[in-house]
Amino acid sequence: MSATDTSRRRFLTGAAAAAAGLAVAPGVFLMPLAQARRAGEPASSDVRWGLLVDTTRCSDGCDACVRACKEENGWEGVGRPRTDAQWIRKVKVRDPRTGHTQSLPLMCQHCKHPPCVDVCPTAASMKRADGIVLVDKHVCIGCRYCMMACPYKARSFIHEDVHDQRAHAPRGKGTVESCTLCVHRVDAGRVPACVEACAAEGGGALVFGDLKDPSSEISRRLAAHGAEEIRADLGLDTGVRYYGI
Amino acid sequence: MRGVTAKTGRALALLALVALGAMARPAAAEVPKPKLPPAKGEKCVEPTEVMRRKHMAYLLHQRDDTLRRGIRGGKYSLRECLECHVTAQPGKPLPTYGSPEHFCSACHRYAAVHIDCFSCHRDRPEPEAARAGGPAPADGLTGRTLPARTLKVLGPVEVKP
Amino acid sequence: MKPHVHFREIEGRSPGYYALLGFLGLLVLAGLVSALYMEIEGHWVTGMSNQVVWGTPHVFAVFLIVAASGALNVASIASVFGRLHYKPLAPLSGLLAIALLVGGLSVLVLDLGRPDRLIVAMTHYNFKSIFAWNIFLYTGFMAIVAAYLWTMMDRMGRPYGKPVGLLAFVWRLVLTTGTGSIFGWLVARQAYDAAIMAPMFIVFSFAYGLAIFLLVLLAAYRWTGRPLGDGLLRRLKNLLGIFAAASLYFVAIFHLTNLYAAEHAGVERFILLDGGVYTALFWGGQVLVGYLLPMAIVFSGLGRSRGWIATAAALVVIGGLAQMYVTIIGGQAYPLILFPGKEVSSSFFDGVVADYAPSLPEVLLGVGGIAIALLGVAVAVRVLRFLPEDLRDELVEAQAAAGGEGGSGTAGGERPGGAAPEAAAAPGSAG
Ligand code: SF4
Ligand code: SF4
Repeated sequence: MSATDTSRRRFLTGAAAAAAGLAVAPGVFLMPLAQARRAGEPASSDVRWGLLVDTTRCSDGCDACVRACKEENGWEGVGRPRTDAQWIRKVKVRDPRTGHTQSLPLMCQHCKHPPCVDVCPTAASMKRADGIVLVDKHVCIGCRYCMMACPYKARSFIHEDVHDQRAHAPRGKGTVESCTLCVHRVDAGRVPACVEACAAEGGGALVFGDLKDPSSEISRRLAAHGAEEIRADLGLDTGVRYYGI
Repeated sequence: MRGVTAKTGRALALLALVALGAMARPAAAEVPKPKLPPAKGEKCVEPTEVMRRKHMAYLLHQRDDTLRRGIRGGKYSLRECLECHVTAQPGKPLPTYGSPEHFCSACHRYAAVHIDCFSCHRDRPEPEAARAGGPAPADGLTGRTLPARTLKVLGPVEVKP
Repeated sequence: MKPHVHFREIEGRSPGYYALLGFLGLLVLAGLVSALYMEIEGHWVTGMSNQVVWGTPHVFAVFLIVAASGALNVASIASVFGRLHYKPLAPLSGLLAIALLVGGLSVLVLDLGRPDRLIVAMTHYNFKSIFAWNIFLYTGFMAIVAAYLWTMMDRMGRPYGKPVGLLAFVWRLVLTTGTGSIFGWLVARQAYDAAIMAPMFIVFSFAYGLAIFLLVLLAAYRWTGRPLGDGLLRRLKNLLGIFAAASLYFVAIFHLTNLYAAEHAGVERFILLDGGVYTALFWGGQVLVGYLLPMAIVFSGLGRSRGWIATAAALVVIGGLAQMYVTIIGGQAYPLILFPGKEVSSSFFDGVVADYAPSLPEVLLGVGGIAIALLGVAVAVRVLRFLPEDLRDELVEAQAAAGGEGGSGTAGGERPGGAAPEAAAAPGSAG
């Protein structure tokens, strides 16, 4: 077992202790998920970050995750829905035969075989070692081929000038962007803003964690109940999975 | 739309000016040295002389390390540059890159070097209140407290060592 | 003295010529100002959005690029397939190929979100990307066609004519395959997910390239008053009819196979039946104007008139633009299928047909691309010997009978004023 692994386990043990401690001090809950990577250490392919959406806990009308993402990453639009960015959106799915409806958040699925990365001419679209798919805006030329290639319409092109960006989420006109899985938080050992918000104000439908660690909560849930990929037929092996669709 | 046309008009006018300037360049008057606003910190990550000549190389190198390889906590961070160097004059808001009082802007105007950084990056420190998403606490835990209900929802996390 | 086809620069001193340059120049300028405007304001001022990310500029750009490879066809027919009647037309064919490609690429680049980072595109490559491959295909195409022109126009290059011509031909096939694949490989988009896309684009390119070639040829010979044989035109217009028919055939196959695949039924319905403007453009623009009318013209008695031949060619061009519009914009307007068999809705236009209307700057940019190409041709035929000064059928026939030698092969190398037809070449206002 690698050193990273060991330290993560050790950390999680601590987390369990923290959670246990919560029982004695209700009202306060710290949400640890992973350990912050040490300074100077690159993202590792021993980890693959993933997100599980339990659609049975997600309700139409709740958009806590979307609001949290907007605030966290500063992509509040200017009131032009056609061109405003949308990193994450709530989608309502209705089966016309039965009338059964569901609601779920849709964002970049952090594909293992991402078409956006394959088509990007400058390699601005990239997948980090830990599976997070990002746009390197330093080299994005705004050709939008990745948007044509993404099956989930997960990407937005920035159609106009942006000011007052969040310091950790640079974004600017003429480049393409999408959900970063809150990479700045994840690197610091925190969970994405949507997950936090869903737990706090929503239905607690989102579980974030390491798909490669069999003891992570997300892995255990997946092992216990399974989950689907949207458009699994495309074989992209998405990092975001949906339970109950 | 009015603002829009004005903006394009300004750009076109600028273009025309540049073209004119190129045609008939007046005898260069001495450009005054930039007045750099005072920095907050005690000292820079490198001696001033080194920074002056090499800051772009440092930033360029580290940007790839940070973004593409996920290496955090490097020595040269644009964000830290701004934290120290972009300071407010008493009674004024923090200057943006568009203002000659902005640290980066002051020098880059003087040297006539066009930079791209602030077409995407925030050009000044974030206000204290907005820093919840900022640098993580050292212990890797979020500082935010959540209601007890959360625990119920997530279920207890039991992990074997 | 054996009759020769002689090449000579056009005179290019008439007011008409300068008016043409001025007009094209204005269009180019309008295109550039539009690009600047879109660049400064951002793309929100266009019709494009996060649902339709490639708009009218791409329609023009892809059309021009596809037409570019097709324009080279006339030269290939002469050198690769040994149809010597076409040989005198080869230099113009090569020139047009380069010019159209430059025009198309200019539009493509000016429509980028960050055209200022073009240098990045040339220094950072992702070799998995068909786009990055295309960058090489395009630059290689220009270099090879330039070399090909050299073999045609310079005595030194003549011995290499055949192999370079063959290389150019193969390269143009690969190039169009590459362009078609830009769409063909977008598996997630219902409208594009088809292997037939690439060969279909090759057939389209034959038609579009030849149509533009014919228009330029007719205009050039009319405006310079140089003689142009009816026999040559007849061959070319028949070829145009055949290419239009072949395009129609491929389009039919494409839609029929798609209809058989259940997963494509939705998008097929959209394009063929209830897609509104896209359905109208498909049947009225692409099929009727682009294929049926031109075929009717060139294969009927009308095809004997130059005016009608030019009309047919223009219709093919218009139909081609309609085809690109349907393919590129219609393909995006149709929503992505996230949950097959289910209805979806969201704040991000899931499950609804995206609205798109071309904006003025987009159209101006696209037209500017065409103007760039034509301006390039207009200037090039004035400074270099691309155009035979006499294309009467007797001359072309004689030359072809003589094995094509002494014609396009050497004409450029031959010093004008040798056996000089200067006096005979007086007709017309010379442009
Ligand atoms: S969901 Fe789209 S943007 Fe995200 S990795 Fe997959 S293809 Fe790329
Ligand atoms: S828009 Fe940017 S990230 Fe997307 S394919 Fe083009 S260069 Fe790559």
